[in-house]
Amino acid sequence: MNLLKGTAQRWVVFVVAVALWELVTRAADDVFFPPPTTIAEAAGQIWFSPLFGEHVVPGVGRMLLGWALSGVIGVALGILLGRSRTAMAYLGPTFNFMRSIPPPLLVPFFAATIGVTSMQLPTIVFGAVWPVLLNTVDGARAVDDTKVDTARAFRLSGPQWLLGVVLPSALPKVFAGLRLSLSISLILMVVSELVGSINGIGNQLVQAQRDYDLPTMWAWIVLLGVLGYLFNTLLLLAELRALAWQPRHSPEAQSLATGG
Amino acid sequence: MTPTMLQVTDLGHTYQSKDGPYDAIDALGFTVAAGELVCVVGPSGCGKSTLLRTVAGLIRPSRGSVSLHGTPVDGVPEDLAVVFQDYSRSLFPWLTVQRNVEFPLRGLPRAERAARAAEALAAVGLERAGRKYPWQLSGGMQQRVAIARALAYRPALLLMDEPFASVDAQTRFELEDLLLRVRREQDTTILLVTHDIDESVYLGDRVLVLSKSPASVVAQLPVDLGEHRDQITTRASDEFVELRAKVAGLLQGVPQTEPVAP
Repeated sequence: MNLLKGTAQRWVVFVVAVALWELVTRAADDVFFPPPTTIAEAAGQIWFSPLFGEHVVPGVGRMLLGWALSGVIGVALGILLGRSRTAMAYLGPTFNFMRSIPPPLLVPFFAATIGVTSMQLPTIVFGAVWPVLLNTVDGARAVDDTKVDTARAFRLSGPQWLLGVVLPSALPKVFAGLRLSLSISLILMVVSELVGSINGIGNQLVQAQRDYDLPTMWAWIVLLGVLGYLFNTLLLLAELRALAWQPRHSPEAQSLATGG
Repeated sequence: MTPTMLQVTDLGHTYQSKDGPYDAIDALGFTVAAGELVCVVGPSGCGKSTLLRTVAGLIRPSRGSVSLHGTPVDGVPEDLAVVFQDYSRSLFPWLTVQRNVEFPLRGLPRAERAARAAEALAAVGLERAGRKYPWQLSGGMQQRVAIARALAYRPALLLMDEPFASVDAQTRFELEDLLLRVRREQDTTILLVTHDIDESVYLGDRVLVLSKSPASVVAQLPVDLGEHRDQITTRASDEFVELRAKVAGLLQGVPQTEPVAP
């Protein structure tokens, strides 16, 4: 019962807003502002048509692959660099500069150099790697001296030290980075498809725009919202599992994670 | 004659600080026999920790040498374990108690790791806490986990750096008695650093008194309180009171009326 009540509480504003919007758009009867029911109808047709396999699957596949690559590269480099003062002294300013470039700006560059058919993946990786990398560096740096001494006193091997001590110490920060990277990946997926791509949600969005097919446009936009929400929720659940050892793994985080 | 476990010869260490070189310890020499429990007591900031860290091989001394069962210490020796004061930082919060104890035993077969961890946890009275996380235990219990981890490692020499300084008085008494029982059962050689005079006398077979920084050994006092000690009767005994007065006097630089034991 409590779960039901909690779910109702979290979604009531959303449902009411959609219902109001339905009333307003029906009253206005404007072609540029289709009512939610019309959008839902279009969505029902598109989401469950072959278009899903042709556009959503490859686009989301690239996004997940790009995000995963950013995660692996970011964590691996971050762990190594975080434990080396010298390396970060040399590389820190460069990394911070690169991270400061708004990632979508790289889309034209990769489009020009690699071509529109295959530039999505490098665009995503190049934009999404920085939050993971810099957060991991932060986390890896924060291993306290007692743990360093303990590891040395028990003669831990290099891999044991990095994977068994530094990585778990950095894990909360790593997840913070992964969350940021996830939303950047999703943004870059769409932006790179908007600018030019043979398939993808962004590609279909531009098509619908050219046809002035407002319900279809909205159907794609809503799908992006759903995907973003879904991936974020899954990541939060993964984080809760991975960080279950934390004494104060907050109840708020848990309610957010199960908010769907 | 029991064999010498630890030999410290003419040990000195100088830190390079902003205000120039700083001698933490100098001309330190002593030995620890196998199976002995030696307490090192000194005024705060005298370099006790530096001594312990050089013995552990965590820092390379500027002068002198340390050898463990005849082998010169150069880097952390294989059969040495350390229990630190700050148990909450020394334990790994992401591992259960059992896994914390097993962690340094990575090279061994799985079954043996588990067996050793179970045995060590039983020795410190935590046989049923294996699946808990350290933060679910009280401070005293966490330090017992750290002790179990060190015991499971089966070190030739166990170093303890102010191990009971961060727990309340009642728990400290319990842990002191636990340590005495465990070393009796397992015949561990222990070098324990403390700033607590009573503790050094209560626990030690011998007390090393250090001078102010740069620390050197001022006196070595044998403690003849027997193998079985009791928090109430031992601490009230004449011998205990006399010894603690002697250590206190030495720490304050009061000249001794009788010559101190070598």
